[in-house]
Amino acid sequence: MNDIILTADSILKKFPGVIALNRVSFDIRAGEVHALMGENGAGKSTLMKVLSGIYNPDEGAIHHRGKKVIIKTPKEARELGILLVHQELSLSPELSAAENIYLGDWPTNRFGIVNKRKMNAAAKIALDELGCNFGPEVLVRNLSIAKQQMVEIARTLVFNANVVIFDEPTGTLTTTEKDQLFEVVRSLRKKGVAIVYISHKMDEIFEIADRITVLRDGEVQCTVNTSESTIGEITNRMIGRDLDQYFHRAKAEFGAELLSVNQLTIRGLFKDVSFSVRAGEVVGLYGLIGAGRSEVAETLFGVRQKDSGEIIFDQQKVSFSSPKQAIEKGLALVPEDRKSQGLILGMGGRHNMTLPHLSLYSNVGVPRVDKELQVFEDYKTKLEIKTTGPEQLLSDLSGGNQQKLVLAKWLCAHPKLIILDEPTRGVDVGSKSAIHQYIATLAEQGLAVIVISSEMPEVIGVSHRILTMAEGRLVGEYTGKEMTEENLIAAVSGLTAA
Amino acid sequence: MSNSVGVKKDRAAKMMTSMQSSSLSILRIIREQHIWVFLFICMLVFSLASPYFFTLNNIGNVLTQGSFIGLLAVGMTLVMLNGEIDLSVGATLALSSALAIGLQDSIGIWPAILVALLSGALFGFINGALVALSGIHSFIVTLGSLMGIRGIVFIFTGEEALMTSDYSYTEYPEIYLGPVSLTAMIFFGLALFFQWILSKTKHGLETYAVGDNEKSAHEAGIRVRRHKVINFTLCGLLAGVAGVLLSMRLGTAEPNAARIWELWTIIAVVLGGTRLTGGYGSMWKTVGGVITLAALLNGLRLLNTPNYIELIVMGTVLVLALILDKTLTSSQSR
Repeated sequence: MNDIILTADSILKKFPGVIALNRVSFDIRAGEVHALMGENGAGKSTLMKVLSGIYNPDEGAIHHRGKKVIIKTPKEARELGILLVHQELSLSPELSAAENIYLGDWPTNRFGIVNKRKMNAAAKIALDELGCNFGPEVLVRNLSIAKQQMVEIARTLVFNANVVIFDEPTGTLTTTEKDQLFEVVRSLRKKGVAIVYISHKMDEIFEIADRITVLRDGEVQCTVNTSESTIGEITNRMIGRDLDQYFHRAKAEFGAELLSVNQLTIRGLFKDVSFSVRAGEVVGLYGLIGAGRSEVAETLFGVRQKDSGEIIFDQQKVSFSSPKQAIEKGLALVPEDRKSQGLILGMGGRHNMTLPHLSLYSNVGVPRVDKELQVFEDYKTKLEIKTTGPEQLLSDLSGGNQQKLVLAKWLCAHPKLIILDEPTRGVDVGSKSAIHQYIATLAEQGLAVIVISSEMPEVIGVSHRILTMAEGRLVGEYTGKEMTEENLIAAVSGLTAA
Repeated sequence: MSNSVGVKKDRAAKMMTSMQSSSLSILRIIREQHIWVFLFICMLVFSLASPYFFTLNNIGNVLTQGSFIGLLAVGMTLVMLNGEIDLSVGATLALSSALAIGLQDSIGIWPAILVALLSGALFGFINGALVALSGIHSFIVTLGSLMGIRGIVFIFTGEEALMTSDYSYTEYPEIYLGPVSLTAMIFFGLALFFQWILSKTKHGLETYAVGDNEKSAHEAGIRVRRHKVINFTLCGLLAGVAGVLLSMRLGTAEPNAARIWELWTIIAVVLGGTRLTGGYGSMWKTVGGVITLAALLNGLRLLNTPNYIELIVMGTVLVLALILDKTLTSSQSR
């Protein structure tokens, strides 16, 4: 059972500006579940894409069953028996389950006519083997996410895969669905399939994996047998970075309670979320992607409508039906994806800053350019925005300066509460530090701040208090000395803190 | 308050599931092929409004008149299922029609028709190749070829209408099966053929897969670019067929023929329910859209509606049909 099926030998993969994989070596044996762990951006997905032919490595070699192979396309990988079950499902919703299972490789006669009977029969065998209660002819768009995933897994059966890569398969599954998935993974393992399992969730890994490889910053940290390792060890290997980055935390002088959320629920996204934020306080909201953090923020801001629960803002019960109402009451949300949600890149800094609140800078509907310029210059100095002038197009600015502009845009409406969703994603170190410092300044001026972040050092560094979210629920609250990486990781991976 | 809304939603959800569970439910078919309901209502209204509408003769007319847009729409459907668009079909039609008439004196009728058809396929191929190789959106590419091809038409015709010198040419399509003309039969035949291609062949499944999720199609090993070129070529060829048939029907080829027909074609396809974003639709829907459009035009003309009112009505109908489509699909996905 210990034959090595696939070996990656010092794989090097560069993207513009970063080394995604720095001479990574890795092997997978028949009949084992090999977990691949690491923080966001550690290189897990890149490695899997190299193995499944989506990316081609810059250097290094891949051996399949002892033979050196060059995998140029996913099709070549599939022909070798290497299949990827995608994190974001990649099925065609308007095609049937069977047609998706055979996507790109439909059984045809020599005139190109698809033999549907043969295809459906074979697909049905695979679906039955997985214990699916739907037929091969059902359209994929009518299937739930969990069932769509089964369709992807059925692909691995019909193509007789010997290596199956699961890329964060349980991100959107319920507990029962997860158990069903694990059944399937175990039966694949029993058949001698080599399985690579990527996940953030520590408890899952320890439940299912035989070996664990930890990646950090594109490098392999260790490969261990699960039975000989502990969650603590893996966590340390995953974090392992120097915590010498300097963070600015605001002085802890809090005013009155500004926001209070009770039992806030949107079915299917998050449930019974309750917390409060005081003026002058920085509250961190930490959780894995998909935990429901951004959705909570969007609900507070009126982008999404709650199913139940109440929001009390500034001593008033509120229910915003649009972001405009939220802005008028003094809320601001700096969204996660600044390019698509936060900025108009084809405009200059002045317009971008004042656009959402032009009425503040206008006389009878006509913008006052002098006022706009004044506020632009004001924030340019405060946030050290590097731009040649108020009209320089934002598309010409660096990520960090763009992010500062998003921040400025919301601040010039003078909000009482500002929610920052991943405020420093994709931002260089210098700008990061400036943004952290400014968050502290804002809190000291009496603003309430909620920082949503997947970066633990950041959320620990800037917050007075941290709330953790997992699978749509608040699972923990930490202050002062309790705010440690170990506690946060434990909380969001479904373990109770030690 | 919020509680009662929740209960209602639950009830609605239950109703929805019970409706969906009876898989042969008429409602579901209507939801997916709502254009035929729309067509039925149009026919009913016009039949009541005008005694001339629901006659065998007039229905035959509607079908023949609709067939030219229909042939363009069959090709457009292929391209739109891919998530692309071809704005040059009207100009390609005009070019084919001009070539079919303009060349017949020098090379004979059948060779001229062949050249006309090939020119359609050629420009379709060029469109497809440009889209596939450059990665520029087909809207821009075919907007360019729309102007370019129209320019060629003007040069070829010398800015004047060409007329056939052989009047038997106009009698070629005068074959009828009951009230159905040869032109209409060709349209229906090709629509049927391409529906078969879509549902039964590898190329057809690829069409949906590519339009739905180009990235996953590529990752599954489908040769996306080659595939798109084929569909653009087919679209051009079908515009060529429409051009030849139109030149036979009219006996002339005007340089301005089929102006803005690309828009009517898109309207017909979208009216049928095929999505501009690709991956969803069928030839059945397109046939429904084409006939509805033709019936509307015909009915309005029988009622002597002024031209501008006609445009207003058509525009309103299109928007209404799309709102209906949107409501039905969103209620379905809940």
